Amino acid sequence: MQDYLVQFNNISKFFGKVIALKDVTMKLRKGEIMCLLGDNGAGKSTLIKTLAGVHKPDEGEIIVEGKKTIFDSPKDALDMGIATVYQDLALVSLMSVTRNFFMGREPLKGPPFFRTFDIDKANKIAAERMGQIGIDIRDPSQAVGTMSGGERQCLAISRAIYFGAKVLVLDEPTSALGVHQASVVLKYIVKAASQGLAVILITHNVHHAYPVGNSFTVLNRGKSLGTYAKKNITREKLLSMMAGGEELNKLEVELQEMNRSSTN
Amino acid sequence: MSTKSKSIETKTDFNQDERLKKVSKLRLLLNRPELGALGGAILVFIFFGIVAGDTGMFSAYGILNFLDVSANLGIIAIAAAMLMIGGEFDLSIGSMIGFAGICIAIPAIYWGWPLWMSIIFAFSMAVLVGYFNGILVVRTGLPSFIVTLAMLFILRGATLAITRLITGRTQVPGLRVLIEDDPLAWIFATDTFKWVFTWLGSMNLIALRTDGTPLATGIPPSVIWFIVLTIISTWILMKTRYGNWIFASGGDKNGANNVGVPVGRVKISLFIGTAVAATIFATIQVLDAGSADTMRGTLKELEAIAAAVVGGCLLTGGYGSAIGAAFGALIFGTVSMGIFYTDVDTDWFKVFLGAMMLIAVIFNNYIRRKVTESK
Repeated sequence: MQDYLVQFNNISKFFGKVIALKDVTMKLRKGEIMCLLGDNGAGKSTLIKTLAGVHKPDEGEIIVEGKKTIFDSPKDALDMGIATVYQDLALVSLMSVTRNFFMGREPLKGPPFFRTFDIDKANKIAAERMGQIGIDIRDPSQAVGTMSGGERQCLAISRAIYFGAKVLVLDEPTSALGVHQASVVLKYIVKAASQGLAVILITHNVHHAYPVGNSFTVLNRGKSLGTYAKKNITREKLLSMMAGGEELNKLEVELQEMNRSSTN
Repeated sequence: MSTKSKSIETKTDFNQDERLKKVSKLRLLLNRPELGALGGAILVFIFFGIVAGDTGMFSAYGILNFLDVSANLGIIAIAAAMLMIGGEFDLSIGSMIGFAGICIAIPAIYWGWPLWMSIIFAFSMAVLVGYFNGILVVRTGLPSFIVTLAMLFILRGATLAITRLITGRTQVPGLRVLIEDDPLAWIFATDTFKWVFTWLGSMNLIALRTDGTPLATGIPPSVIWFIVLTIISTWILMKTRYGNWIFASGGDKNGANNVGVPVGRVKISLFIGTAVAATIFATIQVLDAGSADTMRGTLKELEAIAAAVVGGCLLTGGYGSAIGAAFGALIFGTVSMGIFYTDVDTDWFKVFLGAMMLIAVIFNNYIRRKVTESK
């Protein structure tokens, strides 16, 4: 059991009478990428917020590195090394790459009361980090607004890693991106995992999830339909397991019948 | 906690210096928010240099005159700019000026307080008003435009009502005699560098009165305050963690919150800043005029915002500079005084002010699009 970096056991969350999550279990080892798949309304957002410490689970336990913990706030989760990158990325497009990278956690220098933002050091680190991912920023003082969507996503992830993330929770990192950009981001996620991070990748796009994931958890109407290792499940099976699967089958049958009746 | 993960990939050999040199100085300058205001100020000086160069405008006395007007506006414009960068407005600045003036005058004249105590009292009230504005905006999530518009009326009304209640009038004169020997008032009431002007006068380089003393006696306190505040504000914005938080709070409130920026505290402190700046403005004026007037500062909040906008601040927050606002104030101050030296009717000043603001907003909007658009 010690083996797992982080475990979420039988997590449930209720909002009044609404059961948003019921008995969701996820376990991650270092270097593992778990993809959390689910259609809209499956409870993904609630789960993310529970992982990030925004919501407290009503049932179940969270175990980080073998120790049972309770997150009282997003800061608690962050202190335990669980960093969540939301869809809005928490980037300010008018601010420079450096100022975004260190937003809220600026390195300081100088004597007390006259401590200043050590912008040279910050510039150097930001440029280095972005360079490592292969993102060419000529000038770390350029505005984030000039970067592409994929680059912004990578910046947000890179920032989380730099500030000590052990578990990365990524909320739909590829949903707003084109094919090429998405593949760049996915590649970066795989690299991050290979460095020993555990990654929870939340997405509704099986085609993005399947190539990079080690295991897959499918969420439907607040319940987990199970976790599958990659070797035990095909892409097609995953697709049909997501809420759309049955529905689409039904739709296909109905359409065929419509066709038959119209040709008659 | 920082450099735990090793380099993930070293695909690009990154040489920062080599690449930085490719960005020309001009392009760097173009990216600065104060560029427009700097250009505008240069144009204004060229214009008046041609039109009014041979009048008294650019004599020592004339220069100090328009610098004084610019500086007074600049003191509140800088604070307004900081708040705008933080994503909020303060429409109660003008009313705060009137209120602060009365807070100094009534205790000093009617309650027999020493002047320094009244001044401290006025600044304490400013902190309270600013805090109240800030906490109201942060807690309710209402637009600061509306909250401070309400405060505009409340403060102005209270100023009038309280003053009439206590004094039976709307003006409180008689402060001038109290300035001498006061341990605090000199900070707001002393002309500095008098020896320079005395010397210039003795060399016959500047105009003299009939008694032989120079017409321009020294740098007015407003100008010193203006310069000091510009430097401090710019330092805060560019060089400190708090400065980064101001940009972040104005640029994206939620994003900033998510990464641990105390957005609420930043905004409240900026509201306190505008109220305190209004009180500095009021103290200088009250001590200079020797009297307080309940209507003082009327419409100043709009002039301050106009100067901040001309200085490159975006109305949506997250972008701007204190130096820009300072240049914006310099433009308005110079034109409002300079127009007296030309044949142009002074009625046209407001037209100029409005036109200038329109041009600035359009220009800023273009810059914003350029900065935020992806490649």
